[in-house]
Amino acid sequence: MSAVIRVRNLSRDFREVRAVDDLSFTVPAGEVYGFLGQNGAGKSTTIRMLLSLIRPTAGRIEIFDLDLERHRHKIMRSVGAIIEKPDLYKFLTALENLRIFSAMSGNRHSEKQLLHQLELVGLRERAHSKVQTYSQGMKQRLGIAVALVHDPDLIILDEPMNGLDPQGIADVRKLIVHLAHDRGKTVFVSSHLLNEMELIADSMLIINKGKKIAEGSKEELLNPTTAVVEVITGDASRATALVHQSRWSAFALPAGEGALRFELEKARIPELTKELVEMGIPIHSIRPRHSLEDLFLSLTAH
Amino acid sequence: MFRLLQIELFKIFSRPRTYIAFAVITAIIFLVQIALRFSGREYMDLIMSGVKETFEVPAEEALNGYLVCYIVLNLLLIHVPILVALVAGDVVAGEANMGTLRLLLTKPVSRTRLLLIKFLASSIYTILLLIWVAVLALGLSVLLFGTSDLFVAREVDSNIIAESDVLWRYFAAFLFAAIGLLTVTALAFMLSAFAENSIGPIVATVCIIIVFTILTQMQIPFYDETVKPYLFTTHMLGWKGFFYVRAEEGVTVDGSIEDFPLIVKSGLILIGYAALFVVTAIWYFRKKNILS
Amino acid sequence: MMQKTLLLILLASPLLLEAQSADELLARVRARLEKVSDYQASGKMKTNVAFVKAPIATVKVFYKRPNKLRINNESGFSLIPKGSFNINVGNIFLSSGDFDVIDMGLEQKTGLRVIKLLPRDDESDVVLSTLHVDPRLAVVRKARVTTRENGTYELELSYGRYVDYGLADKVIFSFNTKDYKLPKGVVFDYDGGQKKNENKLPANRKGRVEIQYSSYLINKGIPDSVFL
Repeated sequence: MSAVIRVRNLSRDFREVRAVDDLSFTVPAGEVYGFLGQNGAGKSTTIRMLLSLIRPTAGRIEIFDLDLERHRHKIMRSVGAIIEKPDLYKFLTALENLRIFSAMSGNRHSEKQLLHQLELVGLRERAHSKVQTYSQGMKQRLGIAVALVHDPDLIILDEPMNGLDPQGIADVRKLIVHLAHDRGKTVFVSSHLLNEMELIADSMLIINKGKKIAEGSKEELLNPTTAVVEVITGDASRATALVHQSRWSAFALPAGEGALRFELEKARIPELTKELVEMGIPIHSIRPRHSLEDLFLSLTAH
Repeated sequence: MFRLLQIELFKIFSRPRTYIAFAVITAIIFLVQIALRFSGREYMDLIMSGVKETFEVPAEEALNGYLVCYIVLNLLLIHVPILVALVAGDVVAGEANMGTLRLLLTKPVSRTRLLLIKFLASSIYTILLLIWVAVLALGLSVLLFGTSDLFVAREVDSNIIAESDVLWRYFAAFLFAAIGLLTVTALAFMLSAFAENSIGPIVATVCIIIVFTILTQMQIPFYDETVKPYLFTTHMLGWKGFFYVRAEEGVTVDGSIEDFPLIVKSGLILIGYAALFVVTAIWYFRKKNILS
Repeated sequence: MMQKTLLLILLASPLLLEAQSADELLARVRARLEKVSDYQASGKMKTNVAFVKAPIATVKVFYKRPNKLRINNESGFSLIPKGSFNINVGNIFLSSGDFDVIDMGLEQKTGLRVIKLLPRDDESDVVLSTLHVDPRLAVVRKARVTTRENGTYELELSYGRYVDYGLADKVIFSFNTKDYKLPKGVVFDYDGGQKKNENKLPANRKGRVEIQYSSYLINKGIPDSVFL
């Protein structure tokens, strides 16, 4: 199986609002697949449709080469998920929560096995504490443990690093990469921590207002023929005014203090540099930026 | 299926609020028993006021454990439905509110099965509550007040049931009461499936019970002729029918029931309502978009 | 000759019986009743009142002269009609005080002597008593007593082993009943949504209590505490 998830022309309307608009994408097996979008872009709605919590208005979803609507039962045996923040039974202990969700997945794990799962997420010592005494980060880690307890082949994680401290984020990052690269799992991660996603994702999907705006491997998306160029200048306001009067205004992007930004083909960077100097704009540094954040901002600004 | 049922029951009985109902019932029954111990005479005068003009009323003997149980049931079988709603109204909506519902529904358990198991678990809770009522209302009353014949006051007449003819009637009455309470369970459960928060279903169930009970008991001809025969609260009183005895020339016939077919009809109506509520809940829930 | 004499006596007996005055007959009746200072009787009691359904009760009836009477349900409890002390026939004489006797003669159908007692005291609760007396056995078989306060009650008595003491084997006591009135809201009946049968109860305002006695213990002494 080369693709774990295949989505074709997926749409979802809520009254007059089209939350997801004709979305199609493919998630390759054994990869970390990043799912990016601003708040309200339709990520949660998409994930809920993948997990059959919401019925699509149109379109098809296949997971493990099986139609989701017809084979939901079989598919869900091999899917683990966190949807938004992981809400668990606060009045029960971590171990009890894990036992419940493990049983609901059709498994019978011994207490020893369940404690091992908690150890993987660093919660072994607090296994018998009630969840209501947990911090947000601990709840997040328990949510991950619950998602993984039945050893699923596909793991769908919605903002798994929320509420975690830097060490926690690093741990989750390592875990996700380990699951995909060492254990052959497919991990579908939605997040708005772009720098983290840049580190772990093998492929990505970027959506805005329910529509796909980019999809591809990290290499394809972050090394295109076009680049975002950042120019640090001494007199940004005068420089900005000059740029807006020039032919380069069409390539200009919003920029921070003391900087100019342009999106253009890499081959034209020398040309731009020359003309900026000719306009009398003092240039302190000029460099192409290839970060995901840049890509994201540029795509979602249009 | 059994394992999932165990899990549901574990969730229900892990919450302190589940035990509130048992505590409330215990308190109410104790209060009634204490009150009758000290002011039983006044109460007896009231319920025997229909016959007091014509007969000498043996208040001491008439106030026995069987009568105390009858009084308690009259009181409680309006209030127990409220306590039933506390759990049944929470069983789906509570999970939606907690956020655990979305996680449950990503598991390889169909929505129909999940809901049926939740209904079954709430029903077990209801039955346990009723058993507790039976133990305290009947068992404890008999221990405290002893047994004798049972005096049953009705709107137009009264009957006395011989002591030896009473106990089986209580078993039958509790069985019937179970059907009535399971109908309430089903109603609260259905409302729970519609909602995202358990306050709504609990309050709605309580309001429906109160309004329907008032309509059932108001004795206004307009309602009596139009809605009363269809209200499930009308039929929930069917347990009393086991204490209405046939008589021949004023002499009660032991082991008889005045109108057994009527009780059966009420029972079937209640079962029908319960089935309707459960089926509606499942039908709605299957197509519901889970946004919680 | 003997046979003819006997036949004559037999044929003449009604006349002979009629020949004794009402006063004399009543005296014989009272003589029987006076033999009893107290009794304790076992029996079964049936109640037949429109608004009460009750099982047949196993009862003990206690009587002590002049007018103490108590009916106890041995197995459970019973509703005992007010005025139940009147099941003791002797009470008629007691409550009538001084009375005038009106002899109505023999009732053809039953062969019983009908005697009316009219109390002389205008304040007496009893207004009129009508007794149907067995002239041969000198026992009251039927009594109808009209009172000021409680209307009219009736007694029907049949005798067996204890006829010598004027104690009946079976007593049927018919009495007036007051309306069954329960304050609204005290009870809520189950009716399954069916229409109420408004005229369910007949307008019959009389109730009946029937006691079938199985045995009497006569003049054995009964403490007053039994009647409290």
